[in-house]
Amino acid sequence: MIAVSFFEVREISKRFGGLMAVNGVSFQVEPGEIFGLIGPNGSGKTTIFNLINQYYPLTSGDIVFHGKSIKGLKTYQICHLGIGRTFQVVKPLKRMTVLENVMASAFSRVNTFGEARKLAMETLAFCNLLPEQDKAAKSLPIAGRKRLEITRAMATKPELLLLDETAAGLNPGELDEAIDLIKRIRDRGVTIIIVEHIMKVIMSISDRIHAINYGQTITEGKPEDVANNKEVIEAYLGESYA
Amino acid sequence: MKRSRVIIAFIALALVLFPLVVKSDYYQHLVILALMWVVIGGSWNLLAGYTGQVSFGHAVFFGTGAYTAGILANKLGISAWWGMAFGGITAALVGLFIGWVCFRLRGPYFALATIAAGEIFRLIATTWESLTEGMVGIMILQTFRSKLPYYYLALLLAAASMFVFDLVMKSKWGFYFISIREDQDAAESLGINTTLYKNVSLLISSFFTGMAGAFYMNYMAFIDPHVVFSLHYISIMAILVGIIGGVATIWGPALGAFIMIGVQETFRSSIFGLAPRWVSQSHALVFGLLVMFVILYMANGVVGDWPKIKRLFLRRP
Amino acid sequence: MTVFLQSLASGILIGGIYALIGIGMTLIMGVMGIINLAHGQLMMVGMYITYVLFAFLKIDPYISLLVSMPALFLVGVVIQRFLLNPLMKIEAILPENQVLMTVGIGMVLTEIARFIFSSDYKSTTTAFSSQVFFLGTISLNAPMVIAFVIAVALTLILFWFLLKTDLGRSIRATAQDKEAATLMGVNSGRITIITYALGAALVAAAGTVLLPIFYLFPDIGGPFTLKAFVITILGGLGSTVGAIFGGVTLGIAESLGATYFGMQYREMVGFVIFLLVLIFLPGGLKRLTKI
Repeated sequence: MIAVSFFEVREISKRFGGLMAVNGVSFQVEPGEIFGLIGPNGSGKTTIFNLINQYYPLTSGDIVFHGKSIKGLKTYQICHLGIGRTFQVVKPLKRMTVLENVMASAFSRVNTFGEARKLAMETLAFCNLLPEQDKAAKSLPIAGRKRLEITRAMATKPELLLLDETAAGLNPGELDEAIDLIKRIRDRGVTIIIVEHIMKVIMSISDRIHAINYGQTITEGKPEDVANNKEVIEAYLGESYA
Repeated sequence: MKRSRVIIAFIALALVLFPLVVKSDYYQHLVILALMWVVIGGSWNLLAGYTGQVSFGHAVFFGTGAYTAGILANKLGISAWWGMAFGGITAALVGLFIGWVCFRLRGPYFALATIAAGEIFRLIATTWESLTEGMVGIMILQTFRSKLPYYYLALLLAAASMFVFDLVMKSKWGFYFISIREDQDAAESLGINTTLYKNVSLLISSFFTGMAGAFYMNYMAFIDPHVVFSLHYISIMAILVGIIGGVATIWGPALGAFIMIGVQETFRSSIFGLAPRWVSQSHALVFGLLVMFVILYMANGVVGDWPKIKRLFLRRP
Repeated sequence: MTVFLQSLASGILIGGIYALIGIGMTLIMGVMGIINLAHGQLMMVGMYITYVLFAFLKIDPYISLLVSMPALFLVGVVIQRFLLNPLMKIEAILPENQVLMTVGIGMVLTEIARFIFSSDYKSTTTAFSSQVFFLGTISLNAPMVIAFVIAVALTLILFWFLLKTDLGRSIRATAQDKEAATLMGVNSGRITIITYALGAALVAAAGTVLLPIFYLFPDIGGPFTLKAFVITILGGLGSTVGAIFGGVTLGIAESLGATYFGMQYREMVGFVIFLLVLIFLPGGLKRLTKI
């Protein structure tokens, strides 16, 4: 019997008109790891997230979670299966308070007001956002909004969490807090796929890294190997640095 | 918390005692209409204010409810009161159909479809004479001569609808509705089946509006296509009731209903007979101007913009 | 067969004018992302201007295009500048307050017209009113043909403007991607004003050329607003070429519907199309082609 993989994308592609935004990317994610996804701007990282949570339909390929294809499911069903995500361009429910934001997502796991509130409070406490619970979501600064994205996703009790540039726009102090939070999430047993631009972050927390450019895989491996890969350096810095 | 309960109890008591104190049929009639509009405005608000799906054609649900009651009495010979139940159900079915067609799509389809549906139904009610009596309209016999039964029924309906809306908004559904309004993509990714819950909101909204329509049939004992499917007497009025009072608040539309009935009556009576007669015909003009004014200066209504209004009056020189 | 060709021909003629009405609505939809629910009412204003010029100054309706179009352009500027653009800055819960504003504007325009002209039916005659062309066995009513020709001419001028002038290109750019256009230095406030005004002027032209054909009364605007959005949906929201196809399709469908089902169903045809498009072809005719 073949062991069922935890999460796997197989040869996924996405075409927008004449452009192949993602072209035949495959990778497997092991339970409990932090899996980094890197690549220059416009290389297709966010598109891969949008394919995983079925915001866009796949052009070809398959995505498998716990051995079952999740292709063609609706975005909300992906969440119920246990795959949570955050957005690069944060999408707070602006006119709701921070607590209400998190409660709205907690309702994906519980049904009553009391239970949702309890789950939301726990998650807020875990993510160090409890002091902000009564503020309107729109009044939060960017670091708070990014943290709210994570908190909201965590309240859906995911097994797999897709983090899309949660460190972008943070100052060094906030950055350290974010890294700390991501590690604590991993320690809770949540598997993480993280897209990140800031090399310091991604290199320090990822167990493995998958690098893409122009929608295609360049390489995959341990952070130090990927960092020294010639094609990766070329993609980021241009050929002259290689 | 305590204080608001006292206020609610006081308002409830005042409304219960009102027809016993004020014996005038005319004023009782106005409050009956206002109570009916509490139901319609609240329904519209649930869908537009809370869920963010703005309906420009709530007349379609109102008219469906009214005609259901009317046709039951006129064609099947059973009491139009049955329409109170069936009117809500048929309106909800119409709502579900519109929702099924529109909520799968992104874009302004729902707003467009609601207007179109209102027009289609008005045309059907006008042309299908064997069922609806066409332009002539449906007339039935009023059950009661006194206004009191109608008054208390309207009060019950208004209270029940507000109770239900409040309950819904404090539940999971309410959180989902607001999430959908605030950001549909985020809502989907948080596990909310946005298509389903938009339909849920529409279902509740159309059901109560249909019941209000059936009540109107019973109370007025006469309907015709141009009144119950009217864009400005019903659909725009529903929007005004919702916005003037305050969208996305429980009390806003209730307050809005009384304000709008007051405004409507003031102009219908040519400002209590003080102004020349043409004023009474300027009803639609006033509504149009009111829509423009409210959107520009009071987008969140009396309840929503209350701090702003208070500041305006408390500002000292 | 003759009956069919006859209705087809009159359908195409009226469809050409519908296209002109639909294009204005579509431009506004594309650039501002809103449905202009005062569109037919703007046309009604254009018609009354034409009517006044005819009734009091004996000016031929076709010549008054030179007045009605600029006049409605100005009305459009005022509406967009003072009523619609300010709404973008207002923090409102309701997402569609601009559309709601256009509903209010439509009501006010209708009531002002009723106030000035009463609800009576008005009509104009031109030198050609009763003339008829024959094309084989098909008879074509002269005012319809002239209206069609003018509509086509204006549509061509509009396309030249959109494709060849800087302003036209800015409008198309804004319609495609507002944020990108703003970043490229397009003044989107000014573009929205010009677009709305242009839409108003185009629909005024349609109203002017329709005046010798239709009776005029204040409530004529509503049904035309509804037609305009059926055309817009049919054409695929925001596609100008789609709007032309949408207009002609609606014209033909209405005409055939009136011939084969009876006059009273004429208005219904548009809604049936609307419903069918929503169910089976969301995205409109644009979906079928690569326009």
